Amino acid sequence: MALTKEERQKLYAQAKQLRNDIVDVTSWAGGAHIGGGLSVIDILTILYFKYLRIDPKNPCWEDRDRLVLSKGHAAVAYVPVLARRGFFNVEEMKTFNKFKSPFGMHPDSKKVCGCDASTGSLGHGLPMAVGMALGARVLGKDIKVYCVLGDGECNEGSIWEALMAAAQFKLTNLITIIDRNRLMIDGPTEKVMGVEPLPDKLKAFGMEVVTVDGHDMDGLSEGIDKALAGKEKPVVVLANTVKGKGVNFMEDQVPWHYGSIDAALKEKAHGSIEKMYEAILKGVSS
Amino acid sequence: MTEGTGTTWTCYDAATMTAREIYGRVLAEMGKTNPSIVGLSADLAKSTSISFFEKAHPTRFFNVGIAEQNLMGIAAGMAKMGLIPFASTFAVFASMRAAEQVRTDICYQNLPVKIIATHGGISFGAAGTTHHCTEDIAIMRSFANMTVIIPADGTETANAVRACVDLPGPVYIRVGRGFEPPFYESADYGFQIGKAKTVQDGSDLAIITCGIGVLQSVEAARTLKEADGLSVRVINMHTIKPIDSDAIMKALTDTRRIITVEEHNTLSGLGSAVADVIAESGKGCAFRKLGLPDVYSEVGYPEDLYAHYKLDANGIIDTIREVMKIEFEEDEDWEDEV
Repeated sequence: MALTKEERQKLYAQAKQLRNDIVDVTSWAGGAHIGGGLSVIDILTILYFKYLRIDPKNPCWEDRDRLVLSKGHAAVAYVPVLARRGFFNVEEMKTFNKFKSPFGMHPDSKKVCGCDASTGSLGHGLPMAVGMALGARVLGKDIKVYCVLGDGECNEGSIWEALMAAAQFKLTNLITIIDRNRLMIDGPTEKVMGVEPLPDKLKAFGMEVVTVDGHDMDGLSEGIDKALAGKEKPVVVLANTVKGKGVNFMEDQVPWHYGSIDAALKEKAHGSIEKMYEAILKGVSS
Repeated sequence: MTEGTGTTWTCYDAATMTAREIYGRVLAEMGKTNPSIVGLSADLAKSTSISFFEKAHPTRFFNVGIAEQNLMGIAAGMAKMGLIPFASTFAVFASMRAAEQVRTDICYQNLPVKIIATHGGISFGAAGTTHHCTEDIAIMRSFANMTVIIPADGTETANAVRACVDLPGPVYIRVGRGFEPPFYESADYGFQIGKAKTVQDGSDLAIITCGIGVLQSVEAARTLKEADGLSVRVINMHTIKPIDSDAIMKALTDTRRIITVEEHNTLSGLGSAVADVIAESGKGCAFRKLGLPDVYSEVGYPEDLYAHYKLDANGIIDTIREVMKIEFEEDEDWEDEV
């Protein structure tokens, strides 16, 4: 179902707050995977604030939808999302990376309330999500399992093992979203180890592919709706994104895969986000 | 074994069926009363005998194809949903091809995935090193939260499989290819995870062993009693982690001579786990480890390989005779050694 005007406004405003949170957490933490956090944040925002059937007051609710953040290094985005969704106090984010904090560079499901799977080692999340989707079927429960992958992560053979299994088992309750920001640590994905033609590869593995703009809430919503309506084949939403999106000096810049920011850069980053959303929020209000 | 015998396992079966066959049947039987049990394999359902479970509970069994990383990841995901997955493949693939998935997806999240690894050690004889596994104890015992069990035979495998379901965390059970002779005559000998079983008492020397070593050690002890008049204790250390320190310490103080026998690299296996306990106690004893001496295994029939690596009764006897020659201060004052 298309987004209502209120939903659209709410989602963009939420994403704006979360982008600012990512900048803050990066500064508190002394460094973070900020580039990939900013590319995936709109995907996480729409999932947590529109689609996921979850109850932060009852985080272990057995029948909740599950989300596996396979690109676990995006904890810098994930932790603020869970905090703003009400799983824990936003003040707790200040402990990020500190001694014995529940929050480090990669999420720990035993420590982070609302986190469904410990991830960070790439290529592990999708197999676990396949297991969750299969498990829901065995239990006869209408549970959706969402899995968010990085594009560089698609170099891992285990991702393709899992895709093969998702198709074989016809897991239409599994919705895979790829954050296609086109950069990995050592450079552009196509230079380091190309994944293209990605849609063709995914289709050849038995997936249905929906390509969307990963920063456009209406596009994401349309893609996820299509995935949820899938009856035969599991759907992959291929979300084209920009690494560092919203902070102009980080956008599409390889070195901002992981970085730290001082007070001046932090102010600049917040300013850039403010500027981007000025136009966006104006657009969605009209 | 004939079709139509059902899935009920009996003592009679223990004498005629292999350890992995018993495993498959016991699991199928457990699946009847426990709907949380699901089965998984990676194109080795028949070879690992989990196919008995598949036949009995087809909607709760999944073959992921030749993809061991995915096998363990999927098992972790299913456990996250509240199920109890039994994942079966060969020990070499479970412990090495999918080691990181076992460690990060299963053990780190402390999930109740039960890995039943077959063809452990050098039991796959002629298949050679690619299909042997003499490293899994070392790997699996280094993963926090993991319980590691190597049953002596089919009967003990059945006991271990039954007992492991109640543990809240991950378990690794290693069995052989399935042609190993039985040791126990009855399942009713008080099997308990983490509690070693003294299968023969003795006071001159203690053998601490697991798996196929149990039967061979008892045979060695019998010969040594008759030929040399030696009183040899045989301890079945079926659970390597958590290890039964009390049984080791009792053997140490009672006999002061210990050898370990395992189908594994002598570096970091059962022998090393026993040595850890002895070293930390500050008490000394004559000590030898039998196993593969940090080499890759040869090809051959398992019995020839066991003889080659001194893991059969003859090899154990030779080693014990050497260890009995070691002289050391045999006073009762332990304090000066601490």
